[in-house]
Amino acid sequence: MPDAKFLKFDTLALHAGQQPDPVTGARAVPIYQTTSYVFRDVEHAASLFNLEVGGHIYSRISNPTVAVLEERVAALEKGTGALAVASGQAALHIGIATLMGQGGHIVASASLYGGSRNMLGLTLPRFGITTTFVDPRDLDGMRKAIRPETRLVFGETIGNPGGEVLDLPAVAQIAHDAGLPLMIDNTFASPLLCNPLEHGADIVMHSATKFIGGHGIAIAGVLVDAGRFDWRASGKFPTLTEPYAGYHGIDFFAEFGPQAFIMRARTEGLRDFGPALSPQNAFYLLQGLETLPLRIRQHVANAQAVAAFLSTNPAVERVHHPDLPNHPDHDLAKKLLPRGSGSIFAFDLKGGREAGKRFIERLRLFSHLANVGDAKSLVIHPASTTHAQLTAEQLAATGIGEGMVRLSVGLEDVDDLIDDLTPALRAAHKG
Amino acid sequence: MTTTFTVDGHDVFATTGGVDFDPAKPVVVFLHGAGFDRTTWRLQTRWFANHGRSVLAVDLPGHGRSGGPPLPSIAAMADWVIRLLDAAGVRQAALVGHSMGGLVSLDVAGRYPDRIRALGLCGIAGEMPVHPEMLESAKAGTSKVRELMTFWGLGRALQIGGMVSPGLWLTRESLAVLDKAAPGVIHNDLAACNVYKDAPARAAQVACPAVFVCGDGDQMTPVAKCKPLAAAIAGSRMTTLKACGHFMMVERPDETLDALKAVA
Repeated sequence: MPDAKFLKFDTLALHAGQQPDPVTGARAVPIYQTTSYVFRDVEHAASLFNLEVGGHIYSRISNPTVAVLEERVAALEKGTGALAVASGQAALHIGIATLMGQGGHIVASASLYGGSRNMLGLTLPRFGITTTFVDPRDLDGMRKAIRPETRLVFGETIGNPGGEVLDLPAVAQIAHDAGLPLMIDNTFASPLLCNPLEHGADIVMHSATKFIGGHGIAIAGVLVDAGRFDWRASGKFPTLTEPYAGYHGIDFFAEFGPQAFIMRARTEGLRDFGPALSPQNAFYLLQGLETLPLRIRQHVANAQAVAAFLSTNPAVERVHHPDLPNHPDHDLAKKLLPRGSGSIFAFDLKGGREAGKRFIERLRLFSHLANVGDAKSLVIHPASTTHAQLTAEQLAATGIGEGMVRLSVGLEDVDDLIDDLTPALRAAHKG
Repeated sequence: MTTTFTVDGHDVFATTGGVDFDPAKPVVVFLHGAGFDRTTWRLQTRWFANHGRSVLAVDLPGHGRSGGPPLPSIAAMADWVIRLLDAAGVRQAALVGHSMGGLVSLDVAGRYPDRIRALGLCGIAGEMPVHPEMLESAKAGTSKVRELMTFWGLGRALQIGGMVSPGLWLTRESLAVLDKAAPGVIHNDLAACNVYKDAPARAAQVACPAVFVCGDGDQMTPVAKCKPLAAAIAGSRMTTLKACGHFMMVERPDETLDALKAVA
């Protein structure tokens, strides 16, 4: 008897979530640029509001173009459902707000995107949710940081800025032993290089602005639920297991089972907080998703070539790329990211802050800006830009050296990229 | 909303479609298929509960949140349904069943005609043989049977997607529910379906209104295998849904609901 022949990644990237438009026959996903949807009759309206039937009511909560993106990302991340929102930050916020309220606590990797670190460390405490940050390689520290009021363990597949690879199965085990879900920001890896849900994570989030879109033209975020976590057995998640007064007393886990988290995130998170993704932006992201596998393979090949080039250059102190054998997480990366560790990585220039400035100013193809995951190559020197106000000691405390440069290697011909880097490295080195 | 009963000394868990269960109203009992649980009916139950019926979407014994061992045969499950109705204080109910749950519903209606007021039978056939390799995988607890139940269960259209409920990916939902089944449950259920041969005889005994809901792309219980059963129940209706596989309740939820409204 043959095995099940589910559609594979490259096919899903093109097709998942969409049937050709039944009215017009349109093959491309139409942009449903509408705020609202005409009810067939009063009965239909009531049924939609009561969750008796599926469908769209108002584009703050769902939209047909956005729904295709959601279903497609869910398929690629191997989840039971997804929610697309206006930014990666909105995804992180709704994910947290769906799971906990005031008094909740999070154990998070210390190697996070700066925006996430700000939200967890500075902003959410104002609303009564606190976070303990732990070195992602310190598994024992992560276990010890869990408290009775902890409701979530959070980390990134590939951390910032050192390219720390999170030991997903081990961290998932730590979370599950404590009756907690593990949420993973998979932005830097993309679903092609790693499916955290297959390694024990319960929820995945993306800044879809990055590789999912790939073109640097639309801001978005996505949450994906594995549908495996037993919210009831944990006993720590009344938002999912007790009647919700905000929706006719619905018990999400009892009624929706493996889709409880996503349903609550949509019906409360989008309804009440409101970070809806525009259908136009969802359309842009879908165009990007169609070529995600092709792009990521080339991103990885280019990044590995650039990392190898940098690691032998006399101007470079160290390259933090997990695919290099001297990276501390190289063996783990080979296990969890067998197709490569992406194309966003940092390296340290000899000569500190001034060398970094000279390097940046000499580049021509790499664009100096605050984004990653674009088809075009990008660069930033934190010590002279985003972290310019910090002293060397303060920088070191955040894991950023004065000469650290972060690259997001794009899809240009790699020879051109190396030709662009070569004189910039020379300028940095010579002073 | 949820409720529990005790049958045979074990808890029975059920959702009620968001409205408190009231046995004084016309009751509709929803029965899931092999290896699944009550959540397969989430897109039908709330409508009935909000339109004058009282709903029980139950987890069969050993499934979902219901206790006790799984029952070893379709007839044993049918007898259990009667004990459930007794425990719930329900004299007569409509039964809506999917696949294995459909066979159970049919068996109840054939043997206890005075207890059943209507039947909704989704994705069933006169015989439901199960491939020996699937049974073997189910017995061994390997993933192959769960993958094949999902792959053959979902119609080709929904394996690409376009779910009416925004953002949900049915392939993984099916796998997630089946993965949670307790050891031995899937094998128990498939074996029960495999040996059940009474469907034609039970259909001939049915005295209540019945509707059959089929998917035109159902590979597990094809339309052609359903037709003789429908023909055996006088006055029954048969609705065939387009671009639909075996999991019509989630693949074509609105159309399935519309078909069920006609009798339940």
